[in-house]
Amino acid sequence: MGDHAVLVEDPPGGPAAWSRGVRAHRIDGVVDIVPAARTVLVRWAAGASGELMLDVLRSLRPIGDGIDVQEVVIPVRYDGPDLSAVADDTGLSADQVVALHIGAAYEVAFCGFAPGFGYLTGLPRPLQLPRRATPRTVVPAGSVAIAAGYAAVYPGASPGGWHLLGTTDLVLFDPDRDPPALLTPGTRVRFEPA
Amino acid sequence: MSTDRVLVVVEPGIATTVQDHGRHGLAHLGIPPAGAVDPSLVALLNRLVGNPAGAAVLETVGNLVLEAGADVTVSTSRHAAPMALRPGQRVTVAAGGGRQWHYLAVRGGIVTRPVLGSRSHDTLSGLGATSVLAGVGLPIGAEPDDPIADIAPIAPVDDVARIGPGPRADWFEGEPLRALTASPLTVVASSRVGVRLRAHGLVRVRTDELPSEGLVRGAIQVPPDGDPIMMLADHPTTGGYPVVAVVHPDDVATVAQHPEGTAVRLKL
Repeated sequence: MGDHAVLVEDPPGGPAAWSRGVRAHRIDGVVDIVPAARTVLVRWAAGASGELMLDVLRSLRPIGDGIDVQEVVIPVRYDGPDLSAVADDTGLSADQVVALHIGAAYEVAFCGFAPGFGYLTGLPRPLQLPRRATPRTVVPAGSVAIAAGYAAVYPGASPGGWHLLGTTDLVLFDPDRDPPALLTPGTRVRFEPA
Repeated sequence: MSTDRVLVVVEPGIATTVQDHGRHGLAHLGIPPAGAVDPSLVALLNRLVGNPAGAAVLETVGNLVLEAGADVTVSTSRHAAPMALRPGQRVTVAAGGGRQWHYLAVRGGIVTRPVLGSRSHDTLSGLGATSVLAGVGLPIGAEPDDPIADIAPIAPVDDVARIGPGPRADWFEGEPLRALTASPLTVVASSRVGVRLRAHGLVRVRTDELPSEGLVRGAIQVPPDGDPIMMLADHPTTGGYPVVAVVHPDDVATVAQHPEGTAVRLKL
């Protein structure tokens, strides 16, 4: 990916674990480590040697399981405008949809789309729906949503095409907080009724 | 006489923002890099007024008018030398001059409130203050120790930019890099997020959906309509269109500085 970055496809242990391993090694010169669905982008500073960087990256072992991962519990009011439509689409009752959503253990695979927007894996198969046919022009901050095989929470108001199951009052992203994002790659997540 | 160390915005101009080196190391949180579109031009203008290279400046497409609130020294990409302004004097940064993006640096730098380590306004995520509004006084920092320079050797924009293969070049028919380098490409739209070019002959051989993957400044994505988009300062951290090529980091500004309607030549 150009002279100052490499896109690593299907890294050993998967993108989330491998990127945690790279981050834990604190490699001098590395600027950004960006896990995504199947890849990790590693970008380094202009002065660093690309060849040396690739050698270092090739030698790394994923050490994801040895690193402390945080667990975040997100309280949800299940009052989303799409709850009944999701129930219709899945052949479940609204209560069953909520029970499935609460019962699963999630992990932030990667962030994207907007600051602090985490793509959560672990969504139970019956809830794995495609995006809505028509995206909303405004989805409110704190909307708890599912689509495309992932669960997520909208950190800020934005357009969006996901199915909205409920709302949380947790602040997912605050640029004045350290760290600014509540959900970072590797964070374990559970949802509970507010 | 009481004066404020501010530059007052008289006319905010076109797409004017405060920019510095940007936010780096946060892409894994979905935070775009932001920062000036043309960092080396910014470094030059900062040097002219004795600022460190990373001091925050104003970036504009043009038609920016500012009024000095105190004795200040500014440098702009439209003028050949630093200028001393008295309180009440105005400076205009006009559009044009063969360049899409212009800059104004002020001795001491613009010192609006930093967000996540940068004063840059990110037009994609909204991070960083939107401070360039008519009537607003932009605060100026303390005088640096370095002296002011006399002349501004601002070079014209190069007409050629180097590219290399992108991670998804093999998603395209034949030799897609040849399609990009065969003839100059017209800039059809330009923003801080990306530069859209008109290209012919970029035909996808793989039409399956690409799961989103990380992007860099200079990555050339190809959406289904075939017109490539070069990612710029406020690019999304990940994208789902295949990246066919990547512009050399030192040449990204060359592409971005081509005004809409002009053509830029890419070479391998």
